Amino acid sequence: MAASGLFFIAFLLLHMYGNLMILSGREAFDEYAHHLRTFGGPMIPEKGALWVMRIGLIVALVAHVASAVVLWRRAGGARSTRYQVTRATYGNFYVRAMRWGGLALLAFVIFHLMHFTWQTVTIGEAHASPAARVIDSFSHWWGVGIYALAMIFLGLHLLHGIWGAAMTLGLNTSLDRAETIRLTSIVVTTLIVVGFLVPPFAILFGLVK
Amino acid sequence: MKLALSIWRQDGPRAKGRMVRYDIDGVSEDSSFLEMLDMLNEQLISEGEEPVAFDSDCREGICGMCGVVVNGSAHGPERTTTCQLHMRSFKDGDEIVIEPWRADPFPVIKDLVVDRSAFDRIIQAGGYISVNTGAAPDAHSVPVPKENADRAFMAAECIGCGACVAACPNGSASLFMGAKITHLGELPQGQPERDSRVLAMTEQHDHEGFGGCTNLGECTRACPKGIPLNVISQMNGDFRRAGYGY
Repeated sequence: MAASGLFFIAFLLLHMYGNLMILSGREAFDEYAHHLRTFGGPMIPEKGALWVMRIGLIVALVAHVASAVVLWRRAGGARSTRYQVTRATYGNFYVRAMRWGGLALLAFVIFHLMHFTWQTVTIGEAHASPAARVIDSFSHWWGVGIYALAMIFLGLHLLHGIWGAAMTLGLNTSLDRAETIRLTSIVVTTLIVVGFLVPPFAILFGLVK
Repeated sequence: MKLALSIWRQDGPRAKGRMVRYDIDGVSEDSSFLEMLDMLNEQLISEGEEPVAFDSDCREGICGMCGVVVNGSAHGPERTTTCQLHMRSFKDGDEIVIEPWRADPFPVIKDLVVDRSAFDRIIQAGGYISVNTGAAPDAHSVPVPKENADRAFMAAECIGCGACVAACPNGSASLFMGAKITHLGELPQGQPERDSRVLAMTEQHDHEGFGGCTNLGECTRACPKGIPLNVISQMNGDFRRAGYGY
């Protein structure tokens, strides 16, 4: 869970950095999108690096979901008779939303792939240029809305996910450490969520043309 | 105080249980929760009914024998053991739902009494140190840094009551495990068996059918001794070192 999750976070940071290229204009973004395909060339074949990343992500996804299913099943097996009264939990609501929140994120990832990778879903019109696709999509308020909602889900998943990963890796061994971990989880989550939301909102408000 | 109690009644390990309602009057605010149950049992006996079975021993919050789930909270609304919970935490006319710990590795024996032998088997698997017994050594013969001694003592406060399991939505005993592993792992005497301890104990824990930890923290909020969640992280760190050697 922790290892695959941290791999996802590393990927998200790279992805976010790439997205910010749109702020430098259409040419810069199209150049970046093209460069992803020819990365490492000519030694690495076209789309080679891209496929290494994709396979890595698929492996991480399988590991992440498989771990979640194992935990879910073990939890079910450990308490077959439920309590008559279950009071509201003391903890934050989002820590209890990891499972269905994760499923919501998976649904979003599939939508996101259909939108920008397979292009079976279009918001606005179809374009050959990646930058044009992005700008057209986020010129629609509901296009921005879908992505903003997904980023809120991602943020909540990350807040507990980073905390949990630190716990699993054995990093939380004192109350001071716990504070550092909590702070790190907030900083990393904010960085990722804000970083991903800057381009769509910049486009919506006409700052990127 | 007048109270309406809803209590889990189960005749035996294999019997089907049910919630039964009892009304009780004249409960003093100063009586403990278990004294209130004693009152109920005297009432039941005088009426010719079977008294409610519940566990208790020291009744001063140090032995870990008592423990019931009160209105969905392990050990009730205060951060203490059930025996140290007092009726002033409730109001006149309250409805109180009393259930046993719910976890498949803790099967109900009768009414509110559960079998916590699973904890004993986890301790038998590795929650100990092997030392030569003989004349007691001098206290200062093995120096222990104060920081480690304090942390070991903090973890050693665990009384093994099982509230962590009862409160955990995953039915995990990780807080109990972490407390024992931290307690022994902080001290020099615990080092020779540190690796084998964590491996054997986690294997026994999973074998008993406890769930896995997802770091929700319900256990530490329910713990009457305030064992912090970070003992679980220490267990995870020990497990990683023992399993992968770094």
